[in-house]
Amino acid sequence: MQRFYFDHNATTPVSPAVLEVLLPALLEVYGNASSIHQDGQLAKQKLELARRQTAGLLHCDPKEVVFLSGGTEADNLAILGTVRNHPAAPKHVITTAIEHPAVLNPCRELEREGVEVTYVPVGSDGVVDPKDIRRALRPETVLISVMHANNELGTIQPIEQISPIAREAGVLLHVDGVQAAGKIAVDVRELDVDLYSISGHKLYAPKGIGALYVKKGTPLAPIQFGGKHERERRPGTENVPGAVALGAAAARSAAELSEESSRLAALRDRLENGILARVPSSGVNGVHSHRTPNTTNVYFDGLEGEALVISLDLKGFAVSSGSACSSGAVEPSHVLIAIGLPRERARASLRFSLGQSNNEEQVDALISAVTESVAQLRKLSPTYTASV
Amino acid sequence: MSGGVDSSVVAGMLHRRGLPIVGLTMQLWNQRRLPELTPESGPTGRCCSLDDVYDARYVAQHLGIPYYVVNFEQRFEEQVVKPFIDEYLAGRTPIPCTLCNNFIKFDQFLDMAAGVGAEIIATGHYARISYDGSTGRYQMRKSVDAAKDQTYFLFGLEQEQLARTQFPLGEFTKPQVRELARDLGLPVAEKPDSQEICFVPNGDYAGFIDAYFREQGITPEHTRGEILDREGHVLGEHSGVHHFTVGQRRGLRISAAEPLYVIATEPASQRVIVGRNDELLRARLIANGVNWISIPPIASVRAQVKIRNKHAAAWATVYPTDTARRVEVHFDEPQRAVTPGQGAVFYDGDLVLGGGWIE
Repeated sequence: MQRFYFDHNATTPVSPAVLEVLLPALLEVYGNASSIHQDGQLAKQKLELARRQTAGLLHCDPKEVVFLSGGTEADNLAILGTVRNHPAAPKHVITTAIEHPAVLNPCRELEREGVEVTYVPVGSDGVVDPKDIRRALRPETVLISVMHANNELGTIQPIEQISPIAREAGVLLHVDGVQAAGKIAVDVRELDVDLYSISGHKLYAPKGIGALYVKKGTPLAPIQFGGKHERERRPGTENVPGAVALGAAAARSAAELSEESSRLAALRDRLENGILARVPSSGVNGVHSHRTPNTTNVYFDGLEGEALVISLDLKGFAVSSGSACSSGAVEPSHVLIAIGLPRERARASLRFSLGQSNNEEQVDALISAVTESVAQLRKLSPTYTASV
Repeated sequence: MSGGVDSSVVAGMLHRRGLPIVGLTMQLWNQRRLPELTPESGPTGRCCSLDDVYDARYVAQHLGIPYYVVNFEQRFEEQVVKPFIDEYLAGRTPIPCTLCNNFIKFDQFLDMAAGVGAEIIATGHYARISYDGSTGRYQMRKSVDAAKDQTYFLFGLEQEQLARTQFPLGEFTKPQVRELARDLGLPVAEKPDSQEICFVPNGDYAGFIDAYFREQGITPEHTRGEILDREGHVLGEHSGVHHFTVGQRRGLRISAAEPLYVIATEPASQRVIVGRNDELLRARLIANGVNWISIPPIASVRAQVKIRNKHAAAWATVYPTDTARRVEVHFDEPQRAVTPGQGAVFYDGDLVLGGGWIE
């Protein structure tokens, strides 16, 4: 069966252009980037080229880019690496209710260590109000961590309005940009942030590589201990092929961003309009907000999103619902609950995230499959009665 | 697919027949909850443990079939766990497996399966379903392996549910099923059988109820009461009627000349009444919520009636009351420990006529 992939916020395939540089890097660039010999020097050169390319995507100095294993490690290093070693006592951190677990759980860990954390709620639009961030500030606040784009809704957070608040209060600002980089333009200087996380596999590089932007002068201590790699901020032999792939993906993304984002936005609108026109009692969550061009989150009242995901998967369409728990079952999304959706509607919501491989034909096929699957599931739903 | 031998063999058999099948595992209970009940070895070997999901996924991969884990935790808690607790607090002894069959597996799960395009669900239950053309009814029979028979837990299945359900293992003995598992090359062929109520570790249901209350921040209304004999003499104290079930001998902590058993529990007064073994004998019972499976409801019927899973069915006459959904069962010989909350299931030999809940 032909398969259509509409889950690019979960992960992306490695693009052919990235693979083209990744394969030779795996085969030929095997030296340890810390070694003195020429094999090591070649690896170091490739690593530093990748760093410049990655810095190009973020608009920062290459020296401000730390390579690491991915988005989760970037968020952990940003949060734990700044807060744990901060001299203040007591300490307080501000984040939001709609962050990814890679941010929420380091914050919970800090709470166990005695740090106070405020989880600022968001409105029904899926966007945090900067005034709420300001109100949450305390004299002992040391870090604000707010995501750039939400993974489930695609809603873009007003970082440029939050950074002056952080600046004025003398508080560090971390931004989880995993779902933004490669989808919208990112300029960490213009945004005026101190730390910014990105992940390779969200922008057509492989799993296992990511980067953290650390603004020059930001006090950051390592959270793992070993060698003196990455300017003593992240020990461990550098993943040079991974970095090479991330660099290539970043360069490609930076070059194609504006064209690709308008193409994806048009596809996304086609998908939304098609579903809303053909499926009764459906709607888009967070529709009135500024969103990443590739993401839409749609509710289908009266059914289980989990069953719809399975039904669509059996028809060849990969989409997602909620977040996977350790068994692989789906848990209701904390993000949808946080924007005030009733539990039933949160459970009845699906995320479609588009990417490079998708085109109009696929989107039209998806609309038909969704229409058919929703009708079949609702026929058996005890809670759904067709509205006349 | 629970990850055990039985449901894995079902998947393997159907796959071998060339049927297009989808494997589903229900996530019913989060084993990380109530950590105080978890043995030090971890929550393995219990339903919905990550190890079991791993095994089910491995079997599905081995067979090359689509496989999903579906989240029924909330539904299971509402429709099985909470009623299970309420029943104990009301002085009855519930059967969560039957609640799960009636309200989860052969209800919401069946509907979800239909929703994703599966016309039939097949499970690893030991029971047989057949269609009787002459009466137009689906009938249920005990499994060929009498020791494994699970019809006692399936008395709530209605015609429309039976029409969409298959129990392929009903024709086999457990040793044959293990042999099939080996024959199919299933990675779980030698996995031990599971025994207990899936969400209650070590059968300690009272400990489960106490832990659940602590988790929910509920202070139980009753934490102590008196143990009395039938004449009203106080013989001891206890820490809540939910620790006791009719016929129970353990845990009374009373020394007496002859063994004492729980004869009745009274939740309102928190009294536990104890007596001799022969005081547990009852000649009649009333069952409600009766479901007639293999025969339509009729005036009265001779049947062998089982009053708990391990009970050897006893001859009785089943009389309808004003409604066929509520019956009076008159045993030929009085039966020991007729327990409110358990099922009374009526058989004609192998044929499951129907069953209901003991009042």
